Amino acid sequence: MTDQDITFTIDGVAITAKPGQTIMEAADDAGVYIPRLCDHEGLRHQGGCRVCTVKANGRSVAACTQPAAPGQTVENETPHINKLRRDLVEMLFHEGNHLCPICEASGNCELQAMAYRLEMGEPTKFPYLEPSRALDASHHDIALDTNRCISCGRCIRASKDVDGKGVFGYVGRGIHRRVAVNGEDLAHTDADASDHAMSDEVCPVGCIIRKRVGFATPIGEREFDKGLIGYEIEGKRRG
Amino acid sequence: MATNTPDEQMTGPAVSVPSIPVEEIVSICQTYGNDRHRMLDILRDVQDRFRWISPKVMETVASQTCLSRIEVEGVASFYSFLSQTPKGRVTIRLCDDIIDRFAGLAAIAEAFEEELGIKVGETSPDESFSLEYTPCIGMCDQAPAAMVNDVVVTKLTPDLARQWAQSLKAGKSPEEIVSDRFADLSPHARATAQVDNNIRHAGAVLLGPVPDDAGLKTALGLTPVQIMDMIEASGLRGCGGAGFTTGRKWKFAAAEKAEKHFVLCNADEGEPGTFKDRVLLTERPHLLVEGMTIAARAVGAREGIIYLRGEYVYLRDLIEEVLADRRARGLLGEAILGVEGFDFDLRVQMGAGAYICGEEGALISSCEGLPGEPKTRPPFPVNRGYLGYPTVVNNVETFCHAARILDRGAQWFFDMGEEGSHGTKLFSVSGDCLNPGLYEFPYGLTINELLEMVGGEDAAAVQVGGPSGTMIARDSFHRRLTFDDLATGGAIIVFSGERNVLEIVEYYMSFFVHESCGYCTPCRVGNVFLQKAIGKFRKGLANPEDIDYLKDLSGTIIETSRCGLGMTSPNPILTTLKNFPLVYSAMVKPSKDGIRATFDIQSAIDGARHLAKRRSYIYDEDFSK
Amino acid sequence: MAELRKARIATASLAGCFGCHMAILDIDERLMELMKLVEVDRSPLTDIKRFTKRCDIGIIEGGCCNEENVHVLRDFRRNCDVLISIGQCAIMGGLPAMRNAIMHSDAPLRECLEEAYITGRYIRNTTHDIPNDPALPLLLDEVYPCSDVVEIDYQIPGCAPTGDVIYETLAGLLAGKFHGFDRMHIKFD
Repeated sequence: MTDQDITFTIDGVAITAKPGQTIMEAADDAGVYIPRLCDHEGLRHQGGCRVCTVKANGRSVAACTQPAAPGQTVENETPHINKLRRDLVEMLFHEGNHLCPICEASGNCELQAMAYRLEMGEPTKFPYLEPSRALDASHHDIALDTNRCISCGRCIRASKDVDGKGVFGYVGRGIHRRVAVNGEDLAHTDADASDHAMSDEVCPVGCIIRKRVGFATPIGEREFDKGLIGYEIEGKRRG
Repeated sequence: MATNTPDEQMTGPAVSVPSIPVEEIVSICQTYGNDRHRMLDILRDVQDRFRWISPKVMETVASQTCLSRIEVEGVASFYSFLSQTPKGRVTIRLCDDIIDRFAGLAAIAEAFEEELGIKVGETSPDESFSLEYTPCIGMCDQAPAAMVNDVVVTKLTPDLARQWAQSLKAGKSPEEIVSDRFADLSPHARATAQVDNNIRHAGAVLLGPVPDDAGLKTALGLTPVQIMDMIEASGLRGCGGAGFTTGRKWKFAAAEKAEKHFVLCNADEGEPGTFKDRVLLTERPHLLVEGMTIAARAVGAREGIIYLRGEYVYLRDLIEEVLADRRARGLLGEAILGVEGFDFDLRVQMGAGAYICGEEGALISSCEGLPGEPKTRPPFPVNRGYLGYPTVVNNVETFCHAARILDRGAQWFFDMGEEGSHGTKLFSVSGDCLNPGLYEFPYGLTINELLEMVGGEDAAAVQVGGPSGTMIARDSFHRRLTFDDLATGGAIIVFSGERNVLEIVEYYMSFFVHESCGYCTPCRVGNVFLQKAIGKFRKGLANPEDIDYLKDLSGTIIETSRCGLGMTSPNPILTTLKNFPLVYSAMVKPSKDGIRATFDIQSAIDGARHLAKRRSYIYDEDFSK
Repeated sequence: MAELRKARIATASLAGCFGCHMAILDIDERLMELMKLVEVDRSPLTDIKRFTKRCDIGIIEGGCCNEENVHVLRDFRRNCDVLISIGQCAIMGGLPAMRNAIMHSDAPLRECLEEAYITGRYIRNTTHDIPNDPALPLLLDEVYPCSDVVEIDYQIPGCAPTGDVIYETLAGLLAGKFHGFDRMHIKFD
């Protein structure tokens, strides 16, 4: 800890942040998990999914973009906040076509894992929007099913900032806003299976599909069969 | 695939459309110095000239501005007035506000459809015409209204619509239809030939007599700090709706050490039912620029932008003329009024059909040539705004007030209105009243007083502040128009007892769905759910627990949205649930023995009944008879 | 203390694959314990076609894709105190509901049936007919989750849920102490 370090609390736990760190960055370092979907390690913060909503001194903010402030009281895992998050996750489920039983991302899917963590188990009242967008299987190694896209934009940032390519971008507005590719279809972009944007960690759902590796790991032995999403960050604190 | 994906639409008509010469696109880009921050201007020019933004155009623009095609497409697909399919030589945009609907929009649409032989949403096969709906174009005091290319037509009747359609078909330009000698008219005369001002009550500050540049001359004798102290002491608060103290905003920006500062005027008056800035821009454009110039002196800005909503394109020439005139008279440009070092100039940034651009951060994004998405806060615009520099963004009315305060003094302004709400306010009154139009009054007026003045005593409901504001019932008409009681950016919409509250609410929700930028989940998705739920209420297909569902979902959207749009979009529902509860409870259908009365088996099997050409064994009771 | 009356259970599979019923059998030997507590009334497992008595618990697999599904589901709601949706199809339409997302034309049902029976790439239907026997129930315009049609008290997610989750839920409900699932056990696949 240096003189400039900031201290604040999350759910009563004292947290130390370096100057300029967001609430989430400081929480991650301290082993306190704040649920998130559009945020991903190594990528710019976006603040779009709002699943990381916390109350900072009573005001709702996105933990991924809100700078940590000295003496701040942050609420994270309260029943109310988790209810807001559950609503947001359910919104994403209902916005796209998320049929876990037929999705090869099942078990590795962060949206699904977030639903488990937030105990999304009650009958829902949200309507299903049931988009019907064409599957883009033009590329030799990668397929895109944007009906499963949750508009997190992680692939956009990964491709632009990490790969230096810009294969993806947002188009449209409002409920029609979606991730599209920089060309007629994926085959007409410089996308490559070795891109960071195409790696299994970037797309949180089953939208970017790498061909021929689908069920290499069987259901039941996948990422979130090891533990609830966030277990790695929470593991830091337990030591 | 059953649906039309954008790609299919693109390849379809592209065959019949003459190709757009690449060198012309290159030349348009060069007009703007191939500057990516002028993307909206570039694409607007392409749209005006070639009537669509083709995939090829996007590639050319991208290579000229050193962007990728998808980044250009992101902008092109964001704004309603830019199109990725070819539009007609004349595009008729019918204002689809609730006020227009109540004023007979359906008959107007029908008249145009019949005359032009196309439905709303279509383009004629020979590409003469496109007919579409657009949200409120700021003409609620003279509805029904429409835009015909860059021209505005108001007080439409089916006959007038037919006349317009026939003249257009006969080859007349929209401008020629407005006036035979349109080209000879001054820009001001052109504007008033299209749109009435409807000033019903002029107050002491803005709409009464205003001396030329008296405030600016006072400002020249003051230090920037003195100017800002004066504005702060006057009690002036932002007039766009949020009501932030103007003096403090300027001080924050001035305190920020930076190479440049910017002053931006928010003339993206998009809140349905609001048209005060339209009148100010028509009648007080000099006062606006004077106010911006004063702000520039206060915060040390050398450059400014007036962000004019695309719907007000008919005012562009008027504003450009004012700017040119002021430059010629030494009121803009270098060494303003001979004061060495006081340099300030500004440009007009046209919008292209996006309500969200009225949000400060989204407005800045749009000026930067990006999709109109709000920015992450912090940093705030006063710290890092346009192109990363400290930026003051104020509403048209706010700048006009500021100029008047410099002229008449802080105390003069402070003494008008009431505690916390000083000075006068412009109220745009529309709907079911005898005298719709613009009223300037000191803050503190009650709704009853206003209704009496506008001839709206029969009102059953008043929407204060537009859809994002508050819908009140008769029992609240004693409430006052102040920041602390009924806050409004200016819209006062009067509804008589004839109107269906749920119809109004459903319209407002469809407006927010249309105008959400889509950046954050709750606003993008949640508003669609709210709209669908209200639709269920209107059809009588809501469960009793849907009332709690509306409240609950609204709460989530408000608490988790990223900007003001989502934080206020559930207001039509929440305020009507509170003030008109019976409207909702009368429409719900309770389940019987746990069986939902809201599931309609008859309509669910109707399609199959027709397809199979037989009745149902189970649900057609007379089958065996 | 008088011997407790056995709880009566009924089950049905609507627009589902019977996988959830198979999963009920995955309770394995604990089925013996369970049977000490319950008797099974109307169910494909007993082949009882009509309710003989009012039941304590109704278990519904599958969503509603045709009129008969709606009829059965309503019958279950009328005859059961507690109604449980089991599996993704009952909860959210599941695989059958995929047709909801691909039917966006003016005549969606026609389009769907034509692709399924006539125009589909891998269809070998020499009669070129869409089956239309009078005994076939009419299809609904779309596939509905059970909770759209009747009130549902509990749902057990999964495709299919594991025998463990089903057992824990039923045992918990029968003992009057079901308080939701352990979140480690919620699975949608």
